[in-house]
Amino acid sequence: MSEPHKAVALISGGLDSLLAARVMMDQGVHVEGINFYTGFCVEGHTHAIRKKDRARPKRNNALWVAEQLGIKLHIIDIIEEYKDIVINPKHGYGSNLNPCLDCKVFMVNKAREWLDAHGFDCIITGEVIGQRPMSQRRDTMPVVARESGADDRLVRPLCAKNLPPTRPEKEGWLDRDKLHGYSGRSRKPQMALAAHYGFEDYAQPAGGCCFLTDKQYSVKLADLWATRGKREYDLDDIMLLKVGRHIRPGPHYKLIVGREEGENRFMEGYRKRFVHMLPTSHSGPLVLLDGEPDDDDIELAARLTARFSQGRDAECVTVEVTGKDGESRALAVKPYPAGQVPADWYI
Amino acid sequence: MKSVDARHLLCPLPVIRAQDAVATLQAGDSLEVLCTDPGVIHDIPAWCRVHGHEVCAIDEQEETITITIRVGSH
Repeated sequence: MSEPHKAVALISGGLDSLLAARVMMDQGVHVEGINFYTGFCVEGHTHAIRKKDRARPKRNNALWVAEQLGIKLHIIDIIEEYKDIVINPKHGYGSNLNPCLDCKVFMVNKAREWLDAHGFDCIITGEVIGQRPMSQRRDTMPVVARESGADDRLVRPLCAKNLPPTRPEKEGWLDRDKLHGYSGRSRKPQMALAAHYGFEDYAQPAGGCCFLTDKQYSVKLADLWATRGKREYDLDDIMLLKVGRHIRPGPHYKLIVGREEGENRFMEGYRKRFVHMLPTSHSGPLVLLDGEPDDDDIELAARLTARFSQGRDAECVTVEVTGKDGESRALAVKPYPAGQVPADWYI
Repeated sequence: MKSVDARHLLCPLPVIRAQDAVATLQAGDSLEVLCTDPGVIHDIPAWCRVHGHEVCAIDEQEETITITIRVGSH
């Protein structure tokens, strides 16, 4: 018996990539999954931060998909390489700081490199024409195939009948008639196919798979770049943009105010990198100060910290201030009046 | 036994660190992964299941979670 042909599937953890891989497996193709971690993925760790989210069943959906399919899943850290995609997208951004087309080209290219290194035959994605406004359009799908270098080795089983034949089809080991011709934003065909295969409990992300598609998150990232005067970030930066209230009283510093217990606990891991504050006379949030605050700024920040504590209506709240050197001191401050925090301080 | 320190990393990074370490080991070798993100209790065993590795032990001591993996055939 001859070796089966081999395909590597981009597995996001969503329904489309699950189905695309399954359709290929139906034709006897050996499939392995690949999942890229950019640091902006909504998937995974962020579910664990906020206390209210801890009650949800916790799973990595890409791994869940791999288990449903019975395939291997290779998770690849692309945090460093991905920065150039976020900072300098050749094809520009979507409605927020989401470089969707560059992202798709980059990921398919990385999959192509993996394919070449491991002797696989083609790449599978769950793309559907018209499903996404930027990266999944009739005119941009050939761009992904061409610029990634995958060319006709890129197979989109869910909409293949709407596209030119790929190399596996031309070579005769993939039956085009058994592929699909989905298009548009409707999810009904995918849901019907999922039911056909008996897939239940698949992920249904409400806001996409990437924080860069989120307006509020993008505003915070743009603020970070603008105030630093350079378009750079590290992993800690982009993690902290996901948590807390971000309040910027001045261009040279901002407060990150934990909103609840889960966020406070998460932020505790970052204390040593920042001047940080914690009310001691009343219960209240952990606050990190990002930037270079002077003594007046620290007093103002302590008053804001007090404003978000249980002592917000008290005459005086004691706030412990700890510097990056680990030295702590107590500041007794009057809480900043809640209604007087300028709206434009909130990022 | 080889050990990987993935403390203070959030999922899926501990999974990736474990995966990269396992790639350097032979079938039958053991790997110890030190973590703090509780998500690893679900994610590392799930990763092991799809790759045919065995989770021998999950030990939670205060904030550190230690997962011991026996490597299956690659």
